[in-house]
Amino acid sequence: MSASGMERWSIAEITRRIAAGEVTAAQITEDALARIEKIDGELDAFLAVDAAGARSAAAGVDLLRTAGVALGPLAGVPIALKDMIVTKGVATTAGSKILEGWIPPYDATVVDRLKAAGAVILGKVNCDEFGMGSSTERSAYKPTKNPWDATRVPGGSSGGSSAAVAAALCTASLGTDTGGSIRQPAAFCGVVGIKPTYGRVSRWGIVAFASSLDQVGPLARSVADAAAVLQVIAGHDAHDSTSLVKDVPDFAAAITGDVKGLRVGLPKEYFAGELDAEVRASLDATIAALKDGGAELVEVSLPHTELALPAYYIVAPAEASSNLARYDGIRYGTRAEASDLLELYMKTRGAGFGPEVKRRIMLGTYALRSGYYDAYYKKAQQIRALIKRDFDEAFAKTDVLLTPTTPTPAFEFGAKSNPLEMYLGDIFTLACNLAGLPGMSVPCGFTAGGLPIGAQLLGKPLDEAVLFRTGAVIESAAALGDRRPALGGAA
Amino acid sequence: MTELAELLELWEPVIGLEVHVQLATRSKAFSPAGVVFGAPPNSLVDPTVLGLPGSLPVFNQAALALALKLGVATGSQIRAKSRFARKHYFYPDQPKNYQISQYDEPLCENGHLDVIIGGAVKRIKLTRIHLEEDAGKLTHVGAMSHVDLNRSGVPLVEVVSAPELTSSEEAAEFMRSLHRLVRWLEISEADMEKGQLRCDANVSVRLRGEDRLGTRTELKNINSFRFVQNAIDHEIARQLRLIDGGGRVERETRLWDADAGQSAPMRSKEEANDYRYFPDPDLPVLVVDGPTMGGILRAQPELPAARFQRYQEDIGLSADDARTMIGERALAEYFDATCKAHGMLKSGRTIANWILTELLGALNKAGKGIAESPMPPERLAALVRLVEDGTISGKIGKEVFEEAFAKGEEPGAIVERRGVQQISDEATLAAVVEEVVAASPKQTAEYQGGKDSLFGYFVGQVMKKTQGRANPVITTDLLKKRLGR
Repeated sequence: MSASGMERWSIAEITRRIAAGEVTAAQITEDALARIEKIDGELDAFLAVDAAGARSAAAGVDLLRTAGVALGPLAGVPIALKDMIVTKGVATTAGSKILEGWIPPYDATVVDRLKAAGAVILGKVNCDEFGMGSSTERSAYKPTKNPWDATRVPGGSSGGSSAAVAAALCTASLGTDTGGSIRQPAAFCGVVGIKPTYGRVSRWGIVAFASSLDQVGPLARSVADAAAVLQVIAGHDAHDSTSLVKDVPDFAAAITGDVKGLRVGLPKEYFAGELDAEVRASLDATIAALKDGGAELVEVSLPHTELALPAYYIVAPAEASSNLARYDGIRYGTRAEASDLLELYMKTRGAGFGPEVKRRIMLGTYALRSGYYDAYYKKAQQIRALIKRDFDEAFAKTDVLLTPTTPTPAFEFGAKSNPLEMYLGDIFTLACNLAGLPGMSVPCGFTAGGLPIGAQLLGKPLDEAVLFRTGAVIESAAALGDRRPALGGAA
Repeated sequence: MTELAELLELWEPVIGLEVHVQLATRSKAFSPAGVVFGAPPNSLVDPTVLGLPGSLPVFNQAALALALKLGVATGSQIRAKSRFARKHYFYPDQPKNYQISQYDEPLCENGHLDVIIGGAVKRIKLTRIHLEEDAGKLTHVGAMSHVDLNRSGVPLVEVVSAPELTSSEEAAEFMRSLHRLVRWLEISEADMEKGQLRCDANVSVRLRGEDRLGTRTELKNINSFRFVQNAIDHEIARQLRLIDGGGRVERETRLWDADAGQSAPMRSKEEANDYRYFPDPDLPVLVVDGPTMGGILRAQPELPAARFQRYQEDIGLSADDARTMIGERALAEYFDATCKAHGMLKSGRTIANWILTELLGALNKAGKGIAESPMPPERLAALVRLVEDGTISGKIGKEVFEEAFAKGEEPGAIVERRGVQQISDEATLAAVVEEVVAASPKQTAEYQGGKDSLFGYFVGQVMKKTQGRANPVITTDLLKKRLGR
């Protein structure tokens, strides 16, 4: 760890100091690389560190600064990418053996945009295979540990992204979120994570899990940092037909520090049932803080909430079974030895995919088989429409919804060996993807045992701004900024 | 064994065709990769064509415009909102292991193709026309298989006919009419040797008078007009012999082997793929708006079948000549332009003769297409008029044509320059006749003595003296009067 503590600088501080010549991008990058070297052995967040690429990007920033060229909004900011994001020249595995050794020939749009903004990309971080999981235990390579308690999972599937940010191995990271894969790990690791509106951020170069649900978004240690990264990656991209042709507002300007008159909805279905007592207490404190800040609290109902899980587990596996058909060993990734084509397919896919991926491919294949489309996929799409309508009605009388991100704090490795138990941990985050809404998890407290707790905010389509506005108020009321995980030999 | 002809009196073949037509776009259906025939293998690829992880499709609107032209020309119902669906099957010629196609919401439905059969037009119903992407190409060399993805992602329309064709001849004519139409509309080169037009046929037989269709087989890989006919004839015979021998036709897919002249089963219904169609979540609904449709409707040309009928009914061309004339759009347009420049409808047949014999002959010799004709329609019309009004003889007309074609000159100017106007003045010709008769006392005596065959000699002599310019009708008249027979 550097004596200056620069690893915990905000994006604003990094860019200001680099611009002022107080520090170089190279120094920040070396500090981050050294920290990864020193600490990641405890966490296993990184799958690939691109030291050469990072140094070259940092040198580019320093060169521009010396030349007096205006720097990009993320100049010199060290960033880690979930391994679902395609990076030119840097191995991309999506956490799967089937893509082992694949070096992509192109960059995802979000990577292009980060690079253009001057970001320094440190490398690729771990995730559950193809984003299918909630703990990184489904990564084909290794599980990542929670920086707050190494016996517990960091959440998933973007667990490498959340752990790396929480441990200050990077300033921010990108994750992908199909059913909560940014927000749940953000909650488990005590960082901010935002899943933007579907279509807000380009999916070009994002390894597809479920095309109609996937979104890329940032994880960061503050709401302001998350806003700064989203500002750079959001916006229309002609490479993605589902990308929205909508202007991106100034997210930093949305962080006003107050919530006076803001109508905050509390969906009663999210506070009923089995909610961990400490999570509930933390949420209650958050609600009280918002009320103190002048927000108007409104109880709302989202009556189709309980259908989100079954609908999700039709739509997501169905699309996944199709998206993952391309992994056949013919053109890239691992190929098994075989004597004919069918055997090649079966051996390659049999050896290359892990059990959770196979389970979802089978579920999805079943749901899409001839004659069953109407009963499953189509029905699930109809449920999505009902869920969307629930939200429309709730947003008619509120500006933002507040819920817990997860029913419990981070669980221990191996605690959820039954897949269904694992799925049930995501009940609060799935509906957001089904409805295409923006959602954020913001840290709102800790358990007595020192585990982070997250509050989830859900906004109207394209209203990420209200998440940043509300999230910043929750963040400052919780005042957790000084708490740091003990890492690097109890540093 | 019963003779095939006897069986055919009892049984009626029923054929439906599924034809794939490559659309002549410059880039692929869902990515900016180029489309060029004969490029080095795997040179026309990008992340989307290769199906790389993270790649996404973006639909090429140019393909929509071409498909709409065909939809409008076939009188199809066009969906304002159609959808792309994924059709799944594992094969190395499509890297995603699914093909982007259209399923229950295709672009066009319930159209028709006017098929020219003999001198008549038979209207065949088209069930649907939908957009999809082509697959790559596999070649097997010994134990190795090579994949070329240049063709992968090329936009196609699949044209599906109703089972309304009742013979292999009709099926072949359907293909010819469709081939002509897509070239006419300039939506495809439709070169069958390049695989730009490919055909599968569904063949069944039923007892004549029966409404219900028999069990069908699907014939794949019949990629020339001749193969269509051969393969279907072969399949009809196979099915009839099977039934005649007490067997039953199985629902199956058969692959036509043109070299062996026979088909072999590919897969039966039991092992048929479940394609697991579902709407492609990467692609939004395909919208056809009013202005787009308006543009297509306004630009719609007169279609070949309509012209085929008009040429016979209004101009009086024979069915054969009419069919030749609509062989390609540029030829029909040349013909129409010549008729228009000429101005007289009743001269249409004469004009057609000039085009089909002189012009096509000369173009053929010069190795040129009608579009590159050095003789514009106005000049050919002028030449036809010069012959019709007697300014020059038909024989001279052909010489003038050749010169006009070779030098690109106006026929009138050539006639002036060469002084080859026909001599129709009776007094002038009478003097020539007098000279010829005076110089041929022997022949005159013999002719008058009854040797009719000598008449040609006199005509020849007059032509010789006038360098072929004598009006043959007047010359014949004068000679007959002078020689007294």
